[in-house]
Amino acid sequence: MVDQDLVGQDLADVDALENDQPLLAATSLSKSFGRIAACREVSFALYPGEVLAIVGESGSGKSTLLQLLSGQLAASGGHVSYRMRDGVARDLATLGEAERRFLFRTDWGFVHQDPAQGLRMAVSAGANVGERLMAVGWNHYGRIRNAASDWLTRVEIDVARIDDAPRTYSGGMRQRLQIARNLVTEPRLVFMDEPTGGLDVSVQARLLDLLRSLVAELHLAVIIVTHDLAVARLLSHRVMVMKGGSVIETGLTDQVLDDPREPYTQLLVSSILPP
Amino acid sequence: MTAMIDIADARKTFTMHLQGGIQLPVVSGVTFQVNPGECVVLSGPSGAGKSSILKMIFGNYRCDSGRIGIHHRGALIDLAAAEPRQVLNVRRSTIGYVSQFLRAVPRVATVDVVAEPLVAAGMARADAKARAGELLHRLNIPERLWQLPPATFSGGEQQRVNIARGFISDLPILLLDEPTASLDAANRTVVVELVAEKKRQGVAMVAIVHEDEIRHLIADRIVDVTSFAAA
Repeated sequence: MVDQDLVGQDLADVDALENDQPLLAATSLSKSFGRIAACREVSFALYPGEVLAIVGESGSGKSTLLQLLSGQLAASGGHVSYRMRDGVARDLATLGEAERRFLFRTDWGFVHQDPAQGLRMAVSAGANVGERLMAVGWNHYGRIRNAASDWLTRVEIDVARIDDAPRTYSGGMRQRLQIARNLVTEPRLVFMDEPTGGLDVSVQARLLDLLRSLVAELHLAVIIVTHDLAVARLLSHRVMVMKGGSVIETGLTDQVLDDPREPYTQLLVSSILPP
Repeated sequence: MTAMIDIADARKTFTMHLQGGIQLPVVSGVTFQVNPGECVVLSGPSGAGKSSILKMIFGNYRCDSGRIGIHHRGALIDLAAAEPRQVLNVRRSTIGYVSQFLRAVPRVATVDVVAEPLVAAGMARADAKARAGELLHRLNIPERLWQLPPATFSGGEQQRVNIARGFISDLPILLLDEPTASLDAANRTVVVELVAEKKRQGVAMVAIVHEDEIRHLIADRIVDVTSFAAA
């Protein structure tokens, strides 16, 4: 993917980027379910504005890793530190429940494969987006509604549908609404679990294109789990390939996909059907 | 003069694990330099490793050993040993690459595909689009096509969009992988002119070109890749 450099910064920004601190760092992260090791000794650092794809087959441990990284699952070993908005890196395990919930409502987003998991299906689209704003203290109805319509437009949903509940939406619209709901609080880090998973190919392309431009525009850091290497190629700067709970290969996305080293990565890359 | 590209003893082998682990040596002992304002053309038959060398210089292929020295923002860095983040920074501000085929995102208009590297470098979208328009004009892409995604264009049109995108930035290093392969004579001439302009601006270039005529027109020096044949 040599001709698709996704992220836009001016040169001064690049300098700042070279010197700054990781946003999130995982150290020897492990998780066992009984005798089964779902995640073994995973370590990496993620920097602001960086998009990291975690690829591998079902059962490779990638979704478990995402849950560990987002503090939804307690690790059996190792830890995750996150640099809060005040610049202080905190160990996720030491955060209180209220602090973690606050992180999830403000500085983090989580885009689920099934939008029904990330949306409230029975309330209006506007309320789905506005709810996150209210959670961070917005209380002016007109401003919340304006912000919600603004975001619906950004994710290409007709504002005339603002009062409809997402259960009346198509799959692609629901997924775009979930993205709007997540991004409205301007998070710095978004976790995505197979965000294009259940969608038709044509709907997928549109969503990927939308995600790609939003990520660059908002300078988001993203950790995206996908089994689809085309998604990884289009969206990510770096990839980690997982197999049997371990990271077996990691590097620049185009490097790993065009010049895979490990037998399993070569198998994954060679299994892609030509379009 | 300080070389922009300084490659020393670089080596590349593919190990094909799915084919019983056979080793496919590509190149070894790759050593050459490229100065500012100079266009070095890699020559050799198909399969000699020309494209692989270009990809190694871009950090797209990894090296087994050796050094890919790149003059980046005032310092020489070894791309073969650089962190992914560094490689991305080098691509953003130092090395441009015109690949053989355009790989564009569905839905993005041609003019935006071409303008993107400038927008990414911080230029206002309107200015970037104006420059993209100038280049598309020079490369004879009619204005009525600019708002369309290039996916439906002919091979030659896509290649010209690709060239416009590659030449639009003011990066000090440019890698060209058969930039004239599917072009007619008029458009080849435009590419030759674009290369000459880049030379005057002091850009260091490495190119692969098959047509002898074009090679004579753009090459300041020819590096024979067969001398790097892997043992």
